[in-house]
Amino acid sequence: MAKILMKGNEALAEAAIIAGCKLFFGYPITPQNEIPEYLSRRLPQVGGCYLQAESEVAASNMLYGAAGVGERVFTSSSGPGISLMSEGLSYIAGAQLPVVVVNIVRGGPGLGGILPAQSDYWQATRGLGHGDFRILVLAPSTVQEGADLIMDAFDLADKYRNPVMVLGDGLIGQMMEPVEFKEKKKAKLPPKTWAATGYKGDRERSIINSLYLDPLELEANSWQLKARYDAMARDELRWELFNCDREYEVLIAAYGSTARICKTVIEMLKKRGISVGLFRPITLFPFPCKQLHDAAQKAKSVFCVEMSTGQMVDDVKIALEGTRPVHFYGRTGGIIPTPDEIIKQIERIIKGEEVDKR
Amino acid sequence: MRKVVFKRPKALVDVVTHYCPGCSHGIVHRIIAECIDELGIQERTVGIAPVGCSVLAYDYFNTDFFEASHGRAPAVATGAKRARPDLIIFAYQGDGDLASIGMAEIVHACNRGEKITVIFINNTVYGMTGGQMAPTTMPGQVTTTSPYGRDVAHMGWPIRMCEILSSLTTEGFIARTSVHSTKEIIKTKKMIKKAFELQVANRCFTFVEVLSTCPTNWGMTPIQAQKRLEEELVPYYPLGVFKEPNGDEAKS
Amino acid sequence: MPEVKAIGRVEIDKEGCKGCELCIGACPKDVLAMSTKINSKGYFYAEAVHPEDCIGCGLCAISCPDVAIDVYK
Repeated sequence: MAKILMKGNEALAEAAIIAGCKLFFGYPITPQNEIPEYLSRRLPQVGGCYLQAESEVAASNMLYGAAGVGERVFTSSSGPGISLMSEGLSYIAGAQLPVVVVNIVRGGPGLGGILPAQSDYWQATRGLGHGDFRILVLAPSTVQEGADLIMDAFDLADKYRNPVMVLGDGLIGQMMEPVEFKEKKKAKLPPKTWAATGYKGDRERSIINSLYLDPLELEANSWQLKARYDAMARDELRWELFNCDREYEVLIAAYGSTARICKTVIEMLKKRGISVGLFRPITLFPFPCKQLHDAAQKAKSVFCVEMSTGQMVDDVKIALEGTRPVHFYGRTGGIIPTPDEIIKQIERIIKGEEVDKR
Repeated sequence: MRKVVFKRPKALVDVVTHYCPGCSHGIVHRIIAECIDELGIQERTVGIAPVGCSVLAYDYFNTDFFEASHGRAPAVATGAKRARPDLIIFAYQGDGDLASIGMAEIVHACNRGEKITVIFINNTVYGMTGGQMAPTTMPGQVTTTSPYGRDVAHMGWPIRMCEILSSLTTEGFIARTSVHSTKEIIKTKKMIKKAFELQVANRCFTFVEVLSTCPTNWGMTPIQAQKRLEEELVPYYPLGVFKEPNGDEAKS
Repeated sequence: MPEVKAIGRVEIDKEGCKGCELCIGACPKDVLAMSTKINSKGYFYAEAVHPEDCIGCGLCAISCPDVAIDVYK
């Protein structure tokens, strides 16, 4: 297949169509508007349905309805809109439905700003909604990776009967890069016999529901979900090690666009004879704890860099179990750190000094 | 005597419901089930239960069902119907669910002309949670959150949903009925059946508001509650067809 | 005792009846009344006290929220 130069948002949208998704319910919000706009043009071309909902609240419930009748369904938003989808996502997770959600992260909290950030890590991995649930979170760092992860996301959502989020940021959404939409082998997935497609007497009635007034039943449902998350942690971890085949004094932990900037940092430091490694988690939930822990043992310390005031750094500390000191540097509000300012912090770490605090 | 004049419809599960004695939910559930039987659509009907007394409606209909979050049933119905237009989708909602938290969802589903059927049970209170004031509570009506009676200066007047929805331009079938007598119950069935027939014909958005009783939270016997329906509610919430799909003048 | 030859017949499920009394007034022939006994849930239930007058119109069943009445002709 040929490589096409595409805007990140549009590449994610096209990838969803290639994955066989014919339904999109969403709402405009910067910086992801190209996704609904692109799909409003493309979905009718492939016999699909693009529907602009009256709000993200409504959109998340439309997702619930479409997923509940057994169809692949997709939405995208940014932080404030994902907050509105909180309720819908909790119901979707509780009812064990597959949906794919994209968050193109902007500065927060509140109305925040429209420039890129990574301040929705907690929201994605912990705070999406009420109740004992998690969703599988995939974090691309290039437009190509974003397209690939979207296609995997639909299979993963169906496999686990769980929401899957692709967590991008405004940089990935807005930049243009060459993308190749690779032929993907059709995954072996179980048929959706649980879907509410009409009761014909050949199975139990399908009730798409998260209400269990009997506490024993509700507990059983929650443990069933937990078992699913444990299976994800066992089988679906993804991560990348960069420059880790050599010795390194500092191991950077970063994801998404920040990780990409850190790769530039590492190349620049190599020219000065300084070797630094990078651990890039691709699944943010489940977090590749053991893999980070093992990679960190070669280093004297771990340096977490994020476009936030420090969210993934919590998971980094959990993963390291106190075996290495953790330094943190962050820019947020829409500011993107430069390689030079990250290098300055690494120099301080190597000298045994504290990282600049803001 | 063998000719059956009346029997439980097949689409209604043979269980005793959790609804209070005299609650209109039972009557309307039965009417819907009769319509499903008579139209032969049981195998492709999917209902959507709200948050409210009828949150457990999925226990009472012999069809596949969804549980929706409070107010969102029209959005869930939209998703389901757009994904599977061959299914007959109906949402069953109460006054808090539809006219309060769900106001945006019902107005927009109606305005988009979603080919679904919405049955709106208007009994002027939040029943399940113990009788709080609803957008449909009458002026002066005492509820647990309007202990001095609904004060229109403080909270405004009750909302008339049929009037709001029928003001939208998109084609639809909008009607209001009551269940305060057997005559009105029979008329309610006629309207609900028409609503489902229009969905089977893939015609338009259909909405039937059923003025209903809540004897428990009104502090009345079922018979007294029916009297209140007829004498106090019907004058404020007039019965009739507010909008017909072919654009004809609404016939009462 | 003359044979009862009613036009219609009702069967009331006394365990399904919640004693709401809506059927009593719905009947045009005053066939029904509330019993003085209670069912296992503690409700007084409706019963046909004048079955001979039943015309099988079904209005009692239409008014029953609990589908507790079957009607035959």
